Amino acid sequence: MNTIWALAKVVVLEMVRRKDFYVLFILTVLLTGTAGSVNLFNDRSIVRYLKEICLLLIWLSGLVIAITCTARQIPAEREQRTIFPLLAKPVTRGQFLLGKFLGCWLATGLALAVFYLFFGLISATREQHWPVLNYLQAAWLHWMMLGVVVAFTLLGSIVFAAPSSNGTICFVVSVGILLLGRHLNKVALDLAQPWQSLLYGVYFVIPHLELFDVRDLIIHNWELIRWEMVALATLYAAAYAAFFLFGAWWVFRRRPLN
Amino acid sequence: MPSLPLLLSALALAVAFAAGGRLLLWEQAHRQDKGSVLRLLLGESRRAFANHVFLKADAYFHQGFYPSVFDAPAPVSKTHLAEATEEAHHHDHSRGHAHDRHRDWLEAFGCNFQPAEHRHLEGLGQAREILPWLRLAAALDPQRVDTYTVTAYWLREQLNQVKEAEAFLREGLRANPDSHEILFELGRLYAENERDVLRARIVLELAIAKWIRQEASLPSPDHVSYRQIMGQLAALEERAGNYERALAHYTRLHRVSPNPAAVQQRIDEMRFKSAAPVVKPP
Repeated sequence: MNTIWALAKVVVLEMVRRKDFYVLFILTVLLTGTAGSVNLFNDRSIVRYLKEICLLLIWLSGLVIAITCTARQIPAEREQRTIFPLLAKPVTRGQFLLGKFLGCWLATGLALAVFYLFFGLISATREQHWPVLNYLQAAWLHWMMLGVVVAFTLLGSIVFAAPSSNGTICFVVSVGILLLGRHLNKVALDLAQPWQSLLYGVYFVIPHLELFDVRDLIIHNWELIRWEMVALATLYAAAYAAFFLFGAWWVFRRRPLN
Repeated sequence: MPSLPLLLSALALAVAFAAGGRLLLWEQAHRQDKGSVLRLLLGESRRAFANHVFLKADAYFHQGFYPSVFDAPAPVSKTHLAEATEEAHHHDHSRGHAHDRHRDWLEAFGCNFQPAEHRHLEGLGQAREILPWLRLAAALDPQRVDTYTVTAYWLREQLNQVKEAEAFLREGLRANPDSHEILFELGRLYAENERDVLRARIVLELAIAKWIRQEASLPSPDHVSYRQIMGQLAALEERAGNYERALAHYTRLHRVSPNPAAVQQRIDEMRFKSAAPVVKPP
């Protein structure tokens, strides 16, 4: 565990030193600030559109941070040849992957904490109330979703040759699932066999990232999600993350390092 | 003798010049579209975006509980938001929404993480939350008339922002000078909110004139708009004590009303009032 933790710490420190997060955070602040400064019928209490824009930017930034941070981990270790002394020590390939996963996931978690704090401040200034538990649920589910994304990006970084191609593919797949994932069953029902069964099969197999997208509940001030449902969603994300990590380890353990 | 590639190059150059000339002429003919940044950036696609943004306002009205394009059973001509401006009735919107029935366990599980109950955005001036999307819809497609009428309705009826409603309608009128719908909404604002009979009469009479010019000769004219304008005009004159004028408007309304008996009753009342001697105060 110490080995995994040490590897994870290096990844987190690397993200803190890089400019990606800061650039995305400043962009989010600027765009939200610009949207908030628009005069809409002389009414300063309109807030939901601002929450929507801010959350959209947070979701985009979260995806970009998770994917870019994860996609470059293993290729960078290979390119700089630091992977050889690392794996020459008593560090197994499984520990190496777990350390990288934990580091990337924690790093995205830290970034999310800052983003959601900003979001909370923005909505509190206009709405005059702060539903902390709702925001915690939203941030937690968001973080769990990014855990799945980090895991499959890690698998992708072993399968695909370049971090750029892996990053692009993972981004397109994630956004595709977020936009269309929940509708695949409806589309499948309108198709003829065997396409119907095939698409329905895909619907059940893919990780439903959109389940974790509770932005509408936050924007429109809905009640808390039942905690047992949050727990089930956490289990769902953990299962998919474990599956992708196992896949990554399965491919990586036989893969030559150079 | 010039070679074939040279001839082909000359031909391509000539075609490019000719096409460029045609494009320049076309661009000059459509120069008025250069007004807004959104037009420049999005071109005609902005109308599709405007439609999407207008639906977004409707989704906000339902607090995020809204069918997607995959759920909608059939295209609807009007959003619930627009319907609410015409009559105070309550739909059973939940009928036909996919949220009612779950196709599988995953869909049922997913319903815990999205709005799953039909609610309206009406209490304590919350309707203001739809305004940014309506404002954006108007910026994207200034020729979309119902954006102005719907926004003005919510501004003056729910939020008591009559001045803002009037300014927005005037903006709509500048973009759509022949719109009888915007004129009707403006007349209604003057009649009901500002109690300015003179301005309301002028605007509503202009609205009816526009309607006659645009719709009267059509095979299936928009009778709903006609009834709305006539009804408003008649009620205005009745409130102002001009029973003769009100009688004339009710008579015209009687011809197209789906409920002629009720209009006939109003006509009889107007006849009685206009025949009765006017009692002057001592």
